[in-house]
Amino acid sequence: MAEAQVPQQVGGAGWLRRRQRGPRGRIEIGDPFLARLFRIYIPVCFFVLVTLFPFYWMLITSIKSDTELLDFNQLPIFVRQPTLKNYEHLFTQTFFPHWALNTAIVAVVSTTISLFCSILAGYSLGRLRFRGANWIGWAIFVTYLVPPTLLFLGMAKLIQVFVLYNNLWSLILTYPTFLIPFCTWLLIGYFKGIPRELEESALVDGATRIQAMVRIAIPLALPGILSAGMFAFTLSWNEYLYSLIFMNDPISKTIPVGVTQDLIRGDEFFWGELMAAALLGSIPVAMLYSFFVDYFVAGMTAGAVKG
Amino acid sequence: MSIITRARARSVGLPHKRPNPFDNEAFLGYLLLVPTVLVLSIFLAFPFIYGVVLSTTSTEVGDEVLGRFVALANYLFEMARDGVFRTAFVNTFSYTFYTTIVKFVLGLSMALLLNQVFPAQRFVRAALLLPWIIPSVLSTLAWRWMFDPTFSVINWVMNSGLHLPICHGSTTCVNWLGTPGTAMLAMMIVNIWRGTPFYGIAFLAGLQTIPTDLYEAARVDGATRWRQFLHITLPMLRPVLLVVILLSTILTFADFQLPWVLTRGAPYNSTQLLATWAYTIAIPGNQLSIGAAVSLFLFPVLTVVIGVVLLLLRRPE
Repeated sequence: MAEAQVPQQVGGAGWLRRRQRGPRGRIEIGDPFLARLFRIYIPVCFFVLVTLFPFYWMLITSIKSDTELLDFNQLPIFVRQPTLKNYEHLFTQTFFPHWALNTAIVAVVSTTISLFCSILAGYSLGRLRFRGANWIGWAIFVTYLVPPTLLFLGMAKLIQVFVLYNNLWSLILTYPTFLIPFCTWLLIGYFKGIPRELEESALVDGATRIQAMVRIAIPLALPGILSAGMFAFTLSWNEYLYSLIFMNDPISKTIPVGVTQDLIRGDEFFWGELMAAALLGSIPVAMLYSFFVDYFVAGMTAGAVKG
Repeated sequence: MSIITRARARSVGLPHKRPNPFDNEAFLGYLLLVPTVLVLSIFLAFPFIYGVVLSTTSTEVGDEVLGRFVALANYLFEMARDGVFRTAFVNTFSYTFYTTIVKFVLGLSMALLLNQVFPAQRFVRAALLLPWIIPSVLSTLAWRWMFDPTFSVINWVMNSGLHLPICHGSTTCVNWLGTPGTAMLAMMIVNIWRGTPFYGIAFLAGLQTIPTDLYEAARVDGATRWRQFLHITLPMLRPVLLVVILLSTILTFADFQLPWVLTRGAPYNSTQLLATWAYTIAIPGNQLSIGAAVSLFLFPVLTVVIGVVLLLLRRPE
């Protein structure tokens, strides 16, 4: 009956192992193929089809030539003469490479800053016993629920005071406001899941509190830190409102802002180019996520479900 | 105090050690919070308070200092005079309400499906999570192209693929984003497409914490699948369901990216939401303080939702 235990969601790995050999992992006897077809296979195919079609359409559009794009007499869902012209145009005629670089710099730096702050805060709130720890933990959670939509005007004032318009620092400094609360909340859960005894034995052996934290608790929380980092990276890669307001200079934009502002001229949409940019802008997060999908899911579980 | 410690240390033969302030849990606890509290109070508390103050003045873009203090005049003006505001207010509620219901139903079915055994399971799980990962600005652009007035692939499928009678044999029959009713529908479809994976994966995680003995016992007692779902799955899943719904409500309620990229409130403000209207008034419209007032209308609703989340999340220790 060992499998029937409630899995530890915090560690992540247990969650995955369980999926493969748990008691749910058997096809039941007396469950005919036809019943499974209607109950499982057809709905799964439906979900996959609806989910992936927009991505397929992005890809197909981005490798079509202009004439083919606007020709609905042929089957539009296939491409007859694929071309890389849209991509070439994107890299030579627009600032797309700059936008990609800006987005990457902002995402990496703001993720690093946020991880630093939230590892410390997460350890403090999840591990140490002191007056007010609980209260501060809830306060940080509440800030996670305050959306940028409510803050953007005050934020714009702040950036104006610091004279950071069109400067990547404006984004690097503001993104942590939504990254830190989220990462801290996730990491509090991870640190709580690490047995206290491990650190206590180190303290008995003469380690200081800080040594116990750096050498024992933080390495053990590495899966959590990794998934927090991925969330932070994805969230800052996707951010739109702040960069829409702070970045007006064509060179200093991020991908989402650049694509929606500079690739659309007036009412004219260059769909081939737009879709090429959308696809390229999605690839880094999609790659990151395909390598670490399990951490991602485990982290989401810990953050969303465990609270 | 130190004498006693030293005496004790001697008596058990440990080397003398000075008391380290970092070994004090409370001191270290507060110290480690300093960077977080610093960042959040500068970049979160200040903008919020500034926004509240801004909304009680008459300030426009370019003003160096805050404008005249007008108390609640901006709020009253919005409520009494601004027809678009009323549309946006109603739209925000219906957008949140309908999408949440559909995402809930679809997410629950997705979770129940993924909890079964079938080939290529890992691929399916990764694929279904994709819309939630990809920058929503970029995927919304793809949808905007799919809803194009002349070259909509959705119309093409409805007409040439499925031969639906509503198309009258034309691939330009539905102007998705150009007519008020369908524009709102299109916006909801994109939101559902993007939001369902979050529900699905979170519910799946909840499903896997339900002990299987319960199902085995129910099966022995002759319970059908439907009754098992009704009497085991749903009650056991209740806390997860509530938390996910409330978190998603907050995110949908304050959604800006998706509606802004898809329609910008067009046609005729029929898809205007509080978030997009606040931005439209404040930045392109130059009326900063009225925009601040509009965005602060989100606040009371969010407070209620956040309060409910906190009550539900409070685990019995």
